[in-house]
Amino acid sequence: MEGAVVLLDFWPSMFGMRTRIALAEKGIKYEYREEDLRNKSDLLLQMNPVHKKIPVLIHNGKPVCESLIQVQYIDEVWNDRAPLLPSDPYKRAIARFWADFVDKKIYDLGSKVWKTKGEEQETAKKEFIESLKLLEGELGDKAYFGGENLGFVDVALIPFYSWFYAYEKCGNFSIEAECPKLIAWAKRCMQKESVAKSLPDKEKVYEFVLHLKKVYGIE
Amino acid sequence: MATSEVKVLGSWPSPYAMRPRIALNIKSVDYEYIDEKLWEGKSQLLLQSNPVHKKIPVLIHGDRKPICESLIIVQYINETWSAGPSILPSDPYERAVARFWAAYLDDKWFPAVKSVGIAKGDEEKKAAIAQVEEGLALMEGAFGDCSKGKGFFGGDEIGYLDIAFGSFLGWLRVTEKFNGMKLLDEGKTPALVRWADRFCSHGSVKDVMPDTDKLAEFGKMVIAKIRAAGAAAERH
Repeated sequence: MEGAVVLLDFWPSMFGMRTRIALAEKGIKYEYREEDLRNKSDLLLQMNPVHKKIPVLIHNGKPVCESLIQVQYIDEVWNDRAPLLPSDPYKRAIARFWADFVDKKIYDLGSKVWKTKGEEQETAKKEFIESLKLLEGELGDKAYFGGENLGFVDVALIPFYSWFYAYEKCGNFSIEAECPKLIAWAKRCMQKESVAKSLPDKEKVYEFVLHLKKVYGIE
Repeated sequence: MATSEVKVLGSWPSPYAMRPRIALNIKSVDYEYIDEKLWEGKSQLLLQSNPVHKKIPVLIHGDRKPICESLIIVQYINETWSAGPSILPSDPYERAVARFWAAYLDDKWFPAVKSVGIAKGDEEKKAAIAQVEEGLALMEGAFGDCSKGKGFFGGDEIGYLDIAFGSFLGWLRVTEKFNGMKLLDEGKTPALVRWADRFCSHGSVKDVMPDTDKLAEFGKMVIAKIRAAGAAAERH
């Protein structure tokens, strides 16, 4: 179970944040290594030769790639505390479905919100909110998607909250106005130390997005 | 257990729809298979069962709400009928490796296979074929790592990655046929060539693997439709 844990990451990555939260929930000590994505380390290229992407979790020298696969791995290895997936197979399938939904929709739509303008941006905003509303529906009256505690879907989704401010500024809209229950959920998650210390400051993320817009030549 | 207790909504040409069926066969679970002719439109049952994505496959188990997404369904089947042979490895690291390659196949490799079919011009086609071959080289390596000298990615028996990859063999063979070339090749991917034969003749697979010629006919129809839609879009 024990053994060296290293996380190759990049501070604004929502995907890296998921793994940080999972490690924190389980109380696992690890070495955090910041990657410069314009100048990827030899270690990163060696540990993730297929995708060359962060995050990469290295446990006892062996790499695990892809954030949701890492979260499941962490849950299965450190299975004696803070379970992230439910034990019931049906509930697990539902949790996996919604985490997969977050992967399929939220990142791409969120990206379109800050990268585009005009009609394209309006369409992206609309679809983005629609997706968040579906997630709100799944949350229902529960405190967390995982029930009384953080679960797989909470970990999959909450990192995007650190980017909401940037999306709102770029898209000139309020996510809270459209999805108040989801924002209430997000604030509840932020009360947890594992989440609060894993997410970057929203102003910093916004600054980073503005910098990216310059780099990509997006007005 | 009554046959109607477990239903799979699928579509015979879909590689994704094969996956739950193989998993249920491995577990010796009886099920009712409902075939959707997606090219004729989506049934009410499908739209009700998967309102979020409106896609097959869908697993309906008793009176539970339906489960969607082929690999999620496979994991559900594995965990629910836990008495049968295990589909995922028991070691968490090996599980992570199997999940990694399955995700790679779904997210990167099979889209490359599809783009060979709809490529416009030689350059595009060559690039797509190169991607497919690169992926096969990676999978040849993965087979060496995962199989540990046994016949399947899962070892002695078919496992998660065998199901994920093997379900694409029909369309891979159609692609080979349409382009008059071998992608799974004795020279470059010898282990995969033998694995493919083993997989396709396996008891849990052979009745759900579509016939290559039938799939090729279907493929021609799909490609023609995509080309027509593309041409129509270009005219406007």
